[in-house]
Amino acid sequence: MQKQRPVNLDIGTIKLPVTAYISILHRVSGVILFLVVGFLLWLLDTSLSSPEGFASVQSGFDSPLARFVLWGSLAALAYHSVAGIRHLIMDFGVGESLEGGVLGAKLVAATVVVLVLLAGAWLW
Amino acid sequence: MVNSVTNFGRSGLSDWLLQRVTAVVIAAYTLFMVVYLLTADSLTYGQWVSLHQSLWMRLFSLFAVLSVAIHAWIGLWSVLTDYVTVRLLGPKATLLRLLLELGMITVTLAYVIWAIDILWGI
Ligand code: HEM
Repeated sequence: MQKQRPVNLDIGTIKLPVTAYISILHRVSGVILFLVVGFLLWLLDTSLSSPEGFASVQSGFDSPLARFVLWGSLAALAYHSVAGIRHLIMDFGVGESLEGGVLGAKLVAATVVVLVLLAGAWLW
Repeated sequence: MVNSVTNFGRSGLSDWLLQRVTAVVIAAYTLFMVVYLLTADSLTYGQWVSLHQSLWMRLFSLFAVLSVAIHAWIGLWSVLTDYVTVRLLGPKATLLRLLLELGMITVTLAYVIWAIDILWGI
């Protein structure tokens, strides 16, 4: 196989459909989650280390910045999970048509908006 | 068949399947934690520690962390092999990608060791 094959698809010149945005955001949220895992492990470590550590994690979320970081982390997790579950459903052959793909993408967007708002309501 | 030394399962099909199995494990753990934290209002330090000291919870957490490690390794490897390529970045891309992959693997393993240290150090 030739190593340097020409590439014709230049996505910079194409108007992306909703499915493309849902897809790339799944990738972006996956990369963000890799960093979030470190944050969550740190929270677990501190909260289990001592009663003071536990209290500091609880009161830490009094600060708007910490709360915002946690909210963003939960949003990335919610997005990646919902879009990931759509992936798994599609792996079973469900929703693979053009219309099915668009509908699934919209359902993902709607579900995530609801979850992120709920997470925000829980944190504040 | 193309073989690569830095992907997780040494074949695309096994990576594909492992990424799905681990996704289900992480999703189950996430759901458990969300339900636990939502239902346990005014959680105390004692309750939190005794949850994580139980053997089943330690194993569940360990299983989840190992799943994250495998899932992230496969996932980030796919991302790096898509973008850090000779076609997009020129001849230095291969070395750069290898370094990034090694960095990613190092962080992943560090997460696992850290998690074991947390869970068995309570
Ligand atoms: C904290 C945990 C997680 C991290 C760090 C993570 C990270 C990633 C990354 C980096 C990718 C590669 C994205 C790509 O190739 O475009 C990926 C793919 C994937 N993730 Fe996750 N993920 C996590 C949790 C989850 C959960 C809870 C699900 C739930 C179902 C999930 C489902 C998937 C699926 C199905 C794929 C494969 C996508 C494909 O084949 O294109 N992930 N993940």
